[in-house]
Amino acid sequence: MSAARTSTTTSLAEVPSAAAMRWNRKDLLGLRELSADEINFILETTDAFKQVGTREIKKVPALRGKTLVNFFIEPSTRTRTSFELAAFRLSADVINISVSTSSLTKGETLKDTARNLEALHADILVLRHSSAGAPQFLAQRLKASVINAGDGAHEHPTQALLDLYTIREKRGKIPGLHVVIVGDILFSRVARSNIFGLTKLGARVTLVGPSTLVPREFEKLGVAISHNIDNVLPSADVVNLLRIQHERQRKEYFPGIGEYTQLFGLTKERAKLLKPDCLIMHPGPINRGVEIDSEVADGLQSVILDQVTNGLAVRMAVLYLCGGIATP
Amino acid sequence: MSVTIIRNGRVIDPANKRHEIIDLVIVDGRMADRSAIRDPRSAIETIDASGLIVAPGLIDMHVHLREPGFAHKETIESGARAAAAGGFTTIVCMPNTSPAADSPSTIAWIKDRAAAAACVNVLPTGAISKDLAGEELTPIGSLAHAGVVAITDDGHCVQNHELMRRAVEYARMVGLPVLDHCQDYNLVGNGVVHEGYWSTLLGLPGWPAAGEEVIVMRNILLAELCDHHIHCQHVSAAGSVRLIRAARVRGVKISGEVCPHHIALTDEAIQNFDTNCKMNPPLRSQQDVDALVEGIADGTLSILGSDHAPHADFEKEVEFEAAPFGIVGLETELGLFLDLLVHKKKAIELPRLIEMYTVEPAKLLKLEAGTLSPGAVADITLIDLEMEWTVHAEEFRSRSRNTPFHGWKLKGRAVRTIVAGETVWKL
Repeated sequence: MSAARTSTTTSLAEVPSAAAMRWNRKDLLGLRELSADEINFILETTDAFKQVGTREIKKVPALRGKTLVNFFIEPSTRTRTSFELAAFRLSADVINISVSTSSLTKGETLKDTARNLEALHADILVLRHSSAGAPQFLAQRLKASVINAGDGAHEHPTQALLDLYTIREKRGKIPGLHVVIVGDILFSRVARSNIFGLTKLGARVTLVGPSTLVPREFEKLGVAISHNIDNVLPSADVVNLLRIQHERQRKEYFPGIGEYTQLFGLTKERAKLLKPDCLIMHPGPINRGVEIDSEVADGLQSVILDQVTNGLAVRMAVLYLCGGIATP
Repeated sequence: MSVTIIRNGRVIDPANKRHEIIDLVIVDGRMADRSAIRDPRSAIETIDASGLIVAPGLIDMHVHLREPGFAHKETIESGARAAAAGGFTTIVCMPNTSPAADSPSTIAWIKDRAAAAACVNVLPTGAISKDLAGEELTPIGSLAHAGVVAITDDGHCVQNHELMRRAVEYARMVGLPVLDHCQDYNLVGNGVVHEGYWSTLLGLPGWPAAGEEVIVMRNILLAELCDHHIHCQHVSAAGSVRLIRAARVRGVKISGEVCPHHIALTDEAIQNFDTNCKMNPPLRSQQDVDALVEGIADGTLSILGSDHAPHADFEKEVEFEAAPFGIVGLETELGLFLDLLVHKKKAIELPRLIEMYTVEPAKLLKLEAGTLSPGAVADITLIDLEMEWTVHAEEFRSRSRNTPFHGWKLKGRAVRTIVAGETVWKL
């Protein structure tokens, strides 16, 4: 173990050590491949890093001397910023590469770009990519840690982890809770990672949305499906609303935003169906007045901004755990 | 005069309903009778085929040789060597080259290259539509004169049913069968894997079975309307098998082909995003696999082929959605079909498998091949039905290595390939 790691553990006495053998992965690619124990371990590690965020000096030396590359082949502001800030707080050096600044626009392959980054001794690669499986592809070929920051419609593990953390924090537990995920499930990596994580930790999951965006095949993942939100809301402990989009490529899937809001929007009226302690979540960015009424988004049950805060701590924990393993 | 005798082999010649242990005589590249060996001037070469199957040279009517245009993936020369190593004496190459094989001059170029460089018979197909764009007919009559054995837009699919109808009518006039890659572009969209459990789990765009079935149905209707043969290439979906079965019972001139990967693997194989499991049509569910095997067993699907689709490593070693469709197949297909259909699933017996690789494509394409009748060109494949072997991609004669079957242990393979009396490959 390096000196930096030792000093980290000293200054963060409450941070569980990856060397405790509950974590041995260099990459975080998705929640499907993780055990419940591994997910819980990340959440426990997050507790300690959340503490760090409340201190006057919010920085720890856990990844001092390491280089993290934010490699975003698809536009993103909040996830990239969250990872960047998490890396800064762990004292890593950070480089941001986006679509426009990468050589991919010059025809270089993803593999060659990534190998070049590794040749510059990048230790951790945070990848956002429009193609499902791109993080697996790089993880198999690089010695560096690969952290999936969202791949196509496949997985967005740190988003689901921050959702799990927020639920656990606000409700004290996850097993037995009824979590309702509403919206465009078919194209959502957030939904898939949440489904994998929640079912592993013993929550009951119901997916709600138009039949075109919530195909029956999802039932085989161990979740229930409903196309009637009013029937589902009264028993919900958590409602997670996904951003709904109606761009060119989605036009065939539903008639329009107006009808979507009418059938599935969490309006002020519908919010009255919720139990008083039901949490309202949203991965952002929110479309006020579309999937959620403005007042509901800002209401007392909403934990949308807590999710953002927790996202920082979760990403610190993930970078700390995977970055530690990647070190020889 | 050159004489070769193949001794002690089990001759399986479905065209002549022959199945017996007997010596075969080849004189000057053609099948002959035993009187030839009494001629004292005969220079006799003897091939000992004890314990082996002696079959008419196998025909794979669905390969991509990539020339002209993509010689880094495959050439006519390397593809032909791969065919020989797989036990094939005749291969039919698809027109999605660059330029597309949509003109007599390109067909002439392919035939010249084949004559100069190929160790097996290479028969070209011509495109249905100019540049495979699905908009205007190619000069189908001139393509026929230039020597194509069929027309097809393989890799693409004519979406305009009216254009397809006229292509089939026109092809009937010049006596060419029509081969079709069945894919409805609207239903399939940007699909890259079978729409089902694994596409749902992995978030990869789904390619629904209905996207194939709807075009198979279209082809059945047009074959009936035009009274002409349409052959559905690489059938992958259970629904397609049901449709073809019912149409053949009615006497419609429709046929279906099966590729080995569609019965050897299911869509589960994509779970690690291996681009060597990405092909078009995609690997489907176990129910589809079972339906294909049933369709082979009851004769609904009458032709076996590889859809040999070579791609360079650097082209396949990219993100799953960015990777090109297709895998190489010439050097593994016979082994896979023998292992799966004859040994493991016992869906058909060896003579039928040989018939599906010889008599059936020869009949469809009107070839003077696929038979060991006296006087026929001596294209012969020797098969060891019991040999156990392991697929080693690095040993392929093909220029490409894109196979999901590397390391597979198979039972049964070709051990010698003879074209016009000459051994072009042996193990």
